[in-house]
Order: sequence, then structure tokens, then C-alpha cells
Amino acid sequence: MLLHVEDLATHFFLDEGVLRAVDGVSFDIREAETVALVGESGCGKTIVALSILKLVQWPGRIVRGRILLDGEDLIAVSTERLRQARGGEVGLIFQEPGASLNPVFTIGAQLVEVLRLHRGLTRGEARREAVRLLDDVGIPDANKRFNSYPFELSGGMRQRVAIALAVSGRPKLLIADEPTTALDVTVQAEILKLLRHIQSEYGMAILIISHDIGVVASIAERVLVMYTGRIVEEAPARTLFRAPVHPYTRGLLAATPRLGTGRGTPLAGIPGTVPDLLALPEGCTFHPRCPIGDHGCITDVPVLIELAPNHRCACYKAVPVTADVEREP
Amino acid sequence: MSDALVEISGLKTWFPMGGRWLGTRSWVRAVDDVDLHVGRGEVLGVVGESGSGKTTLGRSVLRLVEPTGGSVRFAGKEVLALGRRDLRALRRRMQIVFQDPYSSLSPRMQIRQILSEPLRLHGMVDTRGTEVKVAALLEMVGLEPYFMRRYPHEMSGGQRQRIAIARAFALEPEFIVCDEPVSALDVSVQAQVLNLLQSLQRERRVSLLFISHDLAVVERVADRIAVMHRGKIVEEGDAARVIAAPKHPYTKTLLAAVPTLP
Repeated sequence: MLLHVEDLATHFFLDEGVLRAVDGVSFDIREAETVALVGESGCGKTIVALSILKLVQWPGRIVRGRILLDGEDLIAVSTERLRQARGGEVGLIFQEPGASLNPVFTIGAQLVEVLRLHRGLTRGEARREAVRLLDDVGIPDANKRFNSYPFELSGGMRQRVAIALAVSGRPKLLIADEPTTALDVTVQAEILKLLRHIQSEYGMAILIISHDIGVVASIAERVLVMYTGRIVEEAPARTLFRAPVHPYTRGLLAATPRLGTGRGTPLAGIPGTVPDLLALPEGCTFHPRCPIGDHGCITDVPVLIELAPNHRCACYKAVPVTADVEREP
Repeated sequence: MSDALVEISGLKTWFPMGGRWLGTRSWVRAVDDVDLHVGRGEVLGVVGESGSGKTTLGRSVLRLVEPTGGSVRFAGKEVLALGRRDLRALRRRMQIVFQDPYSSLSPRMQIRQILSEPLRLHGMVDTRGTEVKVAALLEMVGLEPYFMRRYPHEMSGGQRQRIAIARAFALEPEFIVCDEPVSALDVSVQAQVLNLLQSLQRERRVSLLFISHDLAVVERVADRIAVMHRGKIVEEGDAARVIAAPKHPYTKTLLAAVPTLP
């Protein structure tokens, strides 16, 4: 197993109270696998990504859990080792294409720095490798673009450079947090294509974080659905899109407009809104919005239960009758 | 078209770029020679990517930015020729809903004030009738009367956008420009707001210019779709036809880029 996250909890200690942004998340990522973490704003998906590299800042803190990268617990390692892992075994790209780029250095200089630091290349080797990487991520005229500053590039081109930078340390895992959200749809399609290309060429695993089910569908092999800091359903992409079980997953899919369906029937939105994380409902946090919940859901917190191999779901109403009976006192 | 409520022809909105250089000036042609019409009770979707000029188009039609040239006729009247007073009178009949409900609602006003202000400005209610009318507007967009006393920051994005919709419909306009009205919302909330907008539009037979980058969203609401690219309309037609059988290469590219769900 490349990445094993076990019972991860990251809380924010605010004046108003403790905000449980991530509260007991467990999942695995195998080598060269593409996994998507999907959910609406405020569900904690970005905090999961930041927690993996211990990038959460005060008042946030990892309060529980283990994050094993190739068996090594990243929560317990030294700062020095962490720094090595960031940009080394784990690459990271963000929503804002400029976020990982330094505006005052040329893109070439930034690539060379990472290549020398993480791969120990000489200046000359690093330059050649940087140009090769730029070319590989689809920067036209890479040799010339080597001397460009980030502001001289379009958003899509900047995101390509950010990808080059993230993969320059030959990571085993690439974490991409909403990598196409700030981009136009045509550019988004190119970046997704690039991610697939990079993935197959370098054989690394990708954890893609997105609010957009369409994006997830076009790239992920396995999908984790998050709601209020917890994973509520986990399944292979095919299963999740064809036979979603959790009422939240079903709601998300029904609410997403699909091209080519015309006006059709009105979209089925999920009633209400994502609850305030500081004032979460008791029991299943989805129950106030749930079409199938009953009084039991108000008191009992559902846990992830395996419905089929690789398919887990945290909903008492969605599992076979036997489990429902067990719940009764 | 004779039954058109809004007729846009040869509309140009250019912005000067940089300073003069040896007497010549370069221009960004945000809207460049656009012809469009919106019939009564019709929804015209305008689709385009960032920088295509779709937002400037919507604002130019309402004269929230001053067009450089061309013509916009509203119910037969030339909007671009109107003086300040006539324009204000016409604004009652033409409204706008913006993308970000947070920046389009005054943070220091309670919802009651936000919704009653346009009514008072246009002399549509007296002081006593205000409360009743505001409650009716809230009910229209599916919110409880107690929201009257709330401030925008105490509400969720979806609730704020409902308020923006209530404000736009408050004056019973004939035409509303919706500029990315659901783009800032989570998908589950987006569907609710889209459904609300659609049912109000049908009920009141309001004409909409519905601007969005999202083809799937536009397809849900539009009778006709216009595709905008670099300030120009590159394709326009019946919504189902544009989606199913696009003619312009750019429309094809745009459609092919939309991720499909299995």
C-alpha cells in the first residue's frame, strides 16, 4: 500500500468552539492508482490533503490518526524528513495555477531548484531535465519558455508548469487539489488529459480533490465521497456512478446537470444546505437533508460498512435489512 | 423580429487599453458587433469562456457599462439614447442577478431593507405595505419571514442568491439579465436555485438573458443559445439544436470539453 490513512482527525480550535474539519477519515491509495475525493465546499476534502503533508496551520491541528506513506508515519517523522517528502515522494498542485509558483523567479529557475534539491542533479543536468519536463507537460517552445516568469503565462500554462514542478521530484503520489476549478472548460479538458498522460508515463498515484463530479468521472478509478468531515461512501468509479448507495451521493448525482438532456425533468436538488461544522446535527449529519432517514438516524452515527468488495457506505438505511434490525434496542 | 422585447444590433463595447502611443490607441473589443434578440417570456442563454465578453454584453444591454456603439431596443425604445431620468424609469423593467450574492448585497442592510429599497425608490409601496410585500417576496423564493431581520453574512450562499432573485423580481420586471447566477453555489444548492429561477420565469413570463460558462446549466433553462467567443456571437440557435448539432467549430470544441457522467 502506497498511502494508508487511518482514523485521521484534524480539528480547528476557534474562539467559537472546536471545528471538526476532518473527523475520522480512513482510506488507502495503491501504487499508480487514481483516487478522487469528492464533496461540496466545507466538507473537509482540502484539509485531508493538507493533513497528509502536515501543512495544516494553527488553529488547525491533527488530533488523531496515522498517515503511512510506504509504511512510514508522516505524522511522527521529523520536520526535515517531512520537507524531503513534500515535493519528493509527494507532489502537490493547487486550484490557483499560480499558487505553487514564485512570481519573482523564472519558471526554469524554480524547476532547476527543485531538481537539484530533490534529485541531486548538477546545474546542467537540471536545466536539460527542466526543459524536458516543460516539453512533457505541453509547454510549446520549452527551451525559450524556460526563461519566462509566471505572469507571462496564461492560467492553463501556469497550471502545466505547476504540474511539471510537482512531478519533478518523481513523486509516488501526486495530490491535486481542485486542479481545474479555476480554468475554462476547454483548458480543463487539456489539463485532465495531461494528468492522465503524466500518470501513465510516470506511474504515480494521484489523489484528485474536486467538487465537480464530471471531473472526477473523467479521471478517477476509485471515488471517496466526503460530507461534514467524514467519508460517507467509497466505491470504484464505475459502481459509484452507476449504483450509488448513500443518499448524499445519490443526491449529488441527481443535482448535477447533464449535457444533452434538454430541459427534461427539473433537477432534484438536495434540500437545505451543508450544515455549519460548528453546529453539526446529532446522529447522522446528513439526516436533516435526507429523503430516506428516520428517527434512528437522529441518534445513531453511521459507520462505514462494507456492502461489497471495495464498496463501503456509512448509512443505516442503505445497508441490508439485517443491519437495520441490529440497530434496534 | 417583431415580437422581440429586447433587440440588440451591432452592439459594440470597447475598452481602451493602455495609454495613447503616438496618437493611436488600442482597444479591447469586449463586445464586438453583436446582434441578438430576446422575445417576450423567452430565455436566451449566452455561453462563453472567461474573457469572451459575455458579462460585458449583459451589462451593456442594461447600460451598467456604456456601449461604444450599436443599438439596444427595449420594447421598441432605444435604450442607448435615453437620458438619465428615462433610464432610471426603464430600470424598473430591466433587472440583473449577479454571480456572487455576497458582493451584490449590501452587508450593512438587513434583508428587509435590501428588498424594500427598490420598491420605495420606484414608489411601489407605502411604509405600511412594506413588511407585507417583503414577506411575500421571501415566500416567493422559499424563505421564511424571519429572514427579514437577517444580514447577508448570516445567510448561506444559496439563501443569499434567493434574496438576489427576490430583489430582481420585486419590481415585476419584464427582463432580467442573469450573470452566472448559480456558478458560485455548491451543486446541491445550485439545482434548487436553478429550479426556483426557472419556475419564477415561467410563472411570470419574464424574459431572461441567462449568461453562463456552463453549457449543461444553460441547456436546462434556455429556449435559444448564443455562443460567444472573443466578443462575437459565433453561433446562435434553438437550444436543443445547438447542443445536439453544433455548427461552429468553437461550439464543437466547447461541447467536447464538457466532462460527461456515465
